[in-house]
Amino acid sequence: MALYSEKVMDHFQHPRNVGKLPDADGVGEVGNAKCGDIMRMYIQVDPETQVITDVKFNTFGCGSAIATSSMATEMIKGKPVSEALQLTNRAVVEALDGLPAHKLHCSVLAEEAVRAAIRDYYDRNSIPYGDELRACEGHCDTCGH
Amino acid sequence: MKIYADNAATTRVSDTALAAMTPCFQEFYGNPSSLHTPGQLAAEKLAAARAIFARNLHADPGEITFTSGGSEADNQALRTAAALGEKRGKRHIISTKFEHHAVLHTLQALEREGFEVTLLDIPPDGVVTAEQVRSAIRPDTCLVSVMFANNEIGTVQPIAEIGAVCRQAGVLFHTDAVQAAGHVPIDVEELQVDLLSLSAHKFHGPKGVGVLYARRSVPLTTLIHGGAQERGKRGGTEDIPGICGAAAAFDEACATMEQNAAYLTPLRDRLIAGLTAIPHTVLNGDPVRRLPGNVNVCFEGIEGESLLLLLDEKGIAASSGSACTSGSLDPSHVLLALGRPHEVAHGSLRLSLSHENRPEEIDYILEVLPGIVSYLRDMSPVWDELETGLRPHLI
Repeated sequence: MALYSEKVMDHFQHPRNVGKLPDADGVGEVGNAKCGDIMRMYIQVDPETQVITDVKFNTFGCGSAIATSSMATEMIKGKPVSEALQLTNRAVVEALDGLPAHKLHCSVLAEEAVRAAIRDYYDRNSIPYGDELRACEGHCDTCGH
Repeated sequence: MKIYADNAATTRVSDTALAAMTPCFQEFYGNPSSLHTPGQLAAEKLAAARAIFARNLHADPGEITFTSGGSEADNQALRTAAALGEKRGKRHIISTKFEHHAVLHTLQALEREGFEVTLLDIPPDGVVTAEQVRSAIRPDTCLVSVMFANNEIGTVQPIAEIGAVCRQAGVLFHTDAVQAAGHVPIDVEELQVDLLSLSAHKFHGPKGVGVLYARRSVPLTTLIHGGAQERGKRGGTEDIPGICGAAAAFDEACATMEQNAAYLTPLRDRLIAGLTAIPHTVLNGDPVRRLPGNVNVCFEGIEGESLLLLLDEKGIAASSGSACTSGSLDPSHVLLALGRPHEVAHGSLRLSLSHENRPEEIDYILEVLPGIVSYLRDMSPVWDELETGLRPHLI
């Protein structure tokens, strides 16, 4: 299908890191079923090095939502938490060789899911963080629900 | 296997239609408005095509206007009724919440121009009633527009009963028959329809050709100003190849309608039975009062676009009413009007069959679909919550 790049289709058809981490150190969920996409991300963090040693995701959504989730997990796996926080939706989209204009909002969700998982990790470990890590409550302006 | 199961979106042009079109490009290429022989040969083709539509709709050739498609026919029908209403100070229009956007958006435009529009609610079975129409009619109602069959869920509306109500009340009645024409019998006299739109590419004719039937007593409002084509009601040189293809396709569709319906209905019902056997799956629309080739279901816990992409990978072309496929942020207005919650409407799948689909294709669809649904459900956090009881099942 020409709607998506080969890379998007590859990550959609063969998503990396699908599943759950029962002993996750942080879990983040963003989106809203009413809007048609929800992403849940699980991270495992090495307490010594602050490196994300494992990451898994579950996504309810369209092809680009699944592909951006998959790509985002690949981009943060093995990275220090501080670096994972720098992940932007733009970087995810670029790594996927682009998305159609009307699908760009799906990539925002991937970025938010990563941040929500890290925020949860910080909360659980009483690590302080700034306002910029405010979690999505599933009522963003983009969808109106 | 390559399976085309999106015949409600458009159909493959039939051999008969193509054969009728081909000579119009290089042999009968004259302009029907020209006086000379090549022009008159084209004019004869046009007249023959018009006669075919008239005969099959039980109308008069003078009541058939060719347009660029179903959307233009709908626009012109509504504009016509609105203009006639305006003359008599009647500015109220009745329609339904699950019309095609060609109707709904034209009605929105008319609202901005001062018309008042009542959109009837859709009962859970997807079939509006004549009683709903009757109780919505007011002294200032100038038009009732109810689609013949819904484009997404395929439910067939009681057009004859609604026609009788409208005739009795002296209100013009339009029906968007784009999905129905060529698939179910249409007799404009019996149905007491005043205006009817149809589109050729929904019954194996070419794209870009529509027909507006308007009862002789209903003078059309011109949308495309130009020459004297179509009795001055639609300017522009007629698309003779398209119109001839449309007429040949319609003639063929009407002649084979009964046998096609008899062939398709069991295939449709087998698909419905097989798909609704998947847990937490619901059929949209009445199981019987629907087009012979239409299947529309919602699978809980998954999203339609990803379902379509995986089906496409397996060679199956289908459609969905999810927000992602509609290009908007909301799922299908039809499914919402039917009462499906947003989260359920996102997981819809429409399979629309034609007589070109083979029974083994149904087997193949039923073989691959359950696996795709459970694959997506396994990946879905929504399904996870549904299964663990964190979220109540809605279907």
